[in-house]
Amino acid sequence: MTTQIDNNPEKTMGEVWDVAQQFGLDPFPTHFEIVPAAMVYEFGAYGLPGRFSHWTHGKAYYQMKTMYDHGLSKIYELVINANPSQAFLLETNSALENKMVMAHVLGHTDFFKNSLIFSPTNRQMPESVAVHANRIAAYEFTHGSLAVERFLDAVLSLQRHISLTPRNRPEDDERRLTPEPDPLTTPYDDIMGMGVIAAPRETPERSRKIPLEPEDDLMYFLIRHARDLEDWQRDILAIVREEMLYFLPQMRTKIINEGWASLWHYRIMEALDLAPTEYAQFSTMHAGVVSPGPRTRVNPYYLGYKVLLDIEKRWNEPTEEEQRSLGRTPGQGRAKLFEVRETESDQTLLRKYLTEDLVHDLDLYSYHLNKSTGEWTVDNGDWKHTRDQLVASLDNDGAPLIEVLDGDYHRNRELYLIHRHGGTDIDPQYAAKTLEYLYLIWNRAVHLEARFEQRNFLLSYDGHEHRSTRI
Amino acid sequence: MSLSISQNDWSLHRRGPKDQARHQEKVREAIKNRLGDIISNEAIITSQGDKIVKVPIKTLDEYHFRYDPGQRGGVGGGPGGTKPGDVIAREPGEGEGDGQLAGQEPGIDYYDAEFTIDELAAMVFKDLDLPNLKDRGQQLIPARKLSFTDVRQKGILPNLDKKRSVLQAIKRHAMAGGTAPRQESDEEASGEPAAPPKKFRLKNDDLRFRTYDETVEPQHNAVVIAMRDVSGSMGDFEKYITRAFYFWMVRFLRTNYRNVEIVFITHHTEAKEVSEDDFFNLGESGGTRVSSAYTLCRNIMHERYPADRWNIYPFHFSDGDNWGDDDNEECKKLIEEIIRFSNIFGYGEIREAPYRANYESGLWRAFKTITAPEFISLQITAKDEVYAALKKFFFAGDLPQRSAS
Repeated sequence: MTTQIDNNPEKTMGEVWDVAQQFGLDPFPTHFEIVPAAMVYEFGAYGLPGRFSHWTHGKAYYQMKTMYDHGLSKIYELVINANPSQAFLLETNSALENKMVMAHVLGHTDFFKNSLIFSPTNRQMPESVAVHANRIAAYEFTHGSLAVERFLDAVLSLQRHISLTPRNRPEDDERRLTPEPDPLTTPYDDIMGMGVIAAPRETPERSRKIPLEPEDDLMYFLIRHARDLEDWQRDILAIVREEMLYFLPQMRTKIINEGWASLWHYRIMEALDLAPTEYAQFSTMHAGVVSPGPRTRVNPYYLGYKVLLDIEKRWNEPTEEEQRSLGRTPGQGRAKLFEVRETESDQTLLRKYLTEDLVHDLDLYSYHLNKSTGEWTVDNGDWKHTRDQLVASLDNDGAPLIEVLDGDYHRNRELYLIHRHGGTDIDPQYAAKTLEYLYLIWNRAVHLEARFEQRNFLLSYDGHEHRSTRI
Repeated sequence: MSLSISQNDWSLHRRGPKDQARHQEKVREAIKNRLGDIISNEAIITSQGDKIVKVPIKTLDEYHFRYDPGQRGGVGGGPGGTKPGDVIAREPGEGEGDGQLAGQEPGIDYYDAEFTIDELAAMVFKDLDLPNLKDRGQQLIPARKLSFTDVRQKGILPNLDKKRSVLQAIKRHAMAGGTAPRQESDEEASGEPAAPPKKFRLKNDDLRFRTYDETVEPQHNAVVIAMRDVSGSMGDFEKYITRAFYFWMVRFLRTNYRNVEIVFITHHTEAKEVSEDDFFNLGESGGTRVSSAYTLCRNIMHERYPADRWNIYPFHFSDGDNWGDDDNEECKKLIEEIIRFSNIFGYGEIREAPYRANYESGLWRAFKTITAPEFISLQITAKDEVYAALKKFFFAGDLPQRSAS
């Protein structure tokens, strides 16, 4: 069987594009590249082609490759948020698969272009990422790959703690960029903080307090205020932060974006003139993409697809009540869909549009671990509980919310963080290890206030040993 | 139209595999750090020496602030009709595989690293040595005739002693309860024309080889006297640790020191010299009189291993329970006598961690007063301490200072 794309790909693309336009899709110009499987899962593992080397990428690469080699998963395509967009097609895709994939890709690039959440992203990121990778390679050459790897290990452990929200940070104006000399430098500085029992948070003088308000962009804070970093280290912090800021919108819109692309690939394929056998094959592929998923996780493609279809239906056929009290007119389904794609994230989509009927039809449920029996058990609770659990799991893009409270704790330039508890404890063992990484960057004692099993603790690390104090 | 398509050659692109190689390297380093854990693995200790051991190694953790996986529930979807209280998945039990929860917890992935026991052995033995080895050997005159003087477990295939090997297999089978023998043996060498009617599956450890000495290297004559407490007080844990330690010790000696002899002694209230098989497989019963073992050890040394020609290494593993203080004192005196002729004397006391706390057995207290630097004592409270024990007993370099502990 020939595994090549059909011998007139331009024609195929033309057909797909025409239909897409008729539906009102408005994608970025898109370039398709046909690549071997290894490239697709490599780019998947690294996030972008040309991204810097690190063993964590190697690990992800290996895992994806293993899943692929064992037939456990297949990545049909990979598409990059850029202008012009790039999409990678598996060279083993059949002509029919590629038709569907192209349609799916256009759904994505339309979403990238039109979703407000994506508007601040850097559309030339592929180039930027290559530049970053070269800089990091140069640092490896100058300072040794081990030193760079160790520092990257630490930086990557904290990379999720960034914020997309732009804001003014008053203290930035008051501080010069060059670090101030220590007010008190004696040979005994390093023992000054020892033996101090963790007191409840002090209230320092306002003018000295950094940050003035709790800071949820830990990475930013470190770039600005970590004193003992060399330039190349500060640069690496900034690079990793910038790349993560680029990826964050994609993480935040996985469900709605995949739902959107699935919906449009379906409609486009229907509108193309497929032979009956082709259509049957396509139906099977489509069903595979939007299947419900394992019992422990909802497939984002499936969820997004179903929610969007439901929105379209409800806005096409509003009830009497809705027409009367909300002024909705029938036939607005398509328009509503396009509006939703512009403004919603996964979390807002589900909060607003995951209805009781949907929860029931998709048989969604939340579950917890029964520690004594080791069984994952379905919760007691109604559909709202399930919806709320799902929405809550998307808080802060799935990462625990960590804020910087004080960069000068104990008047000793120690770092004080807090975990804003949202109902689930963080993993204390991982937290301790991450504090070690944080110490590597901050170079003074670091503290994390967190609640475990309803009791408050202060985890501390001073470069030598861990301490855990009840507060 | 703003669509375009192309196909290029990516065959030289190697970033993914290169970074994965780095990840692999780090995993192997991590394994080295966990060697203590791995070598005490049951699969190895109870193996027959030839298996490839599959050790589940987690991929490297990527530490970050994350939710506690045991606390974090989730949302899932079912086929319809799911009710509160339904069980949708189970945590795998201790020692079982991934079960149904593969993929349940993102970030916990197992990939089995496969090692042969020899590979593991190489990692373990890298840092081990026969301590305090002295030049006590005799020069051996090259023999005019090659005489087969010895039967050993390692050798070259042409020297395979088929009869002994098969006998060994039969013995082992009989001791394992005489289970039905397999249909074929995989060693062609064992196929004697007048073979016993049933064919047995030969294991590596069954093989016996006739060996002869033909070199003129000065031999370091060395003998290890392995003593083991088989009284009733030795429970499963104590039994297992003893077995694990001696498994690796014997393997170490056989691999690196072809001329080391090993004397096997078991004791309860009485001591006796036994075969290697019996040493590893005898059951436990009876009271404990440690002095019986030390007495036998001393006698064997006097009779068969004159100190001027032999490097002697007695080892004893026990849980410390002894007959009484009188015997403890007797043991101490015996050790002081034995140690005058030994390179080192190793005493390992085994007691499982929760029961140990600050307990000191009578024997341990008596031994605390031994001042000879050749006496090395240690306690083992957990499986992963076996490796540390090996390193403490089989060290390269000078004798450690004997600290009052």
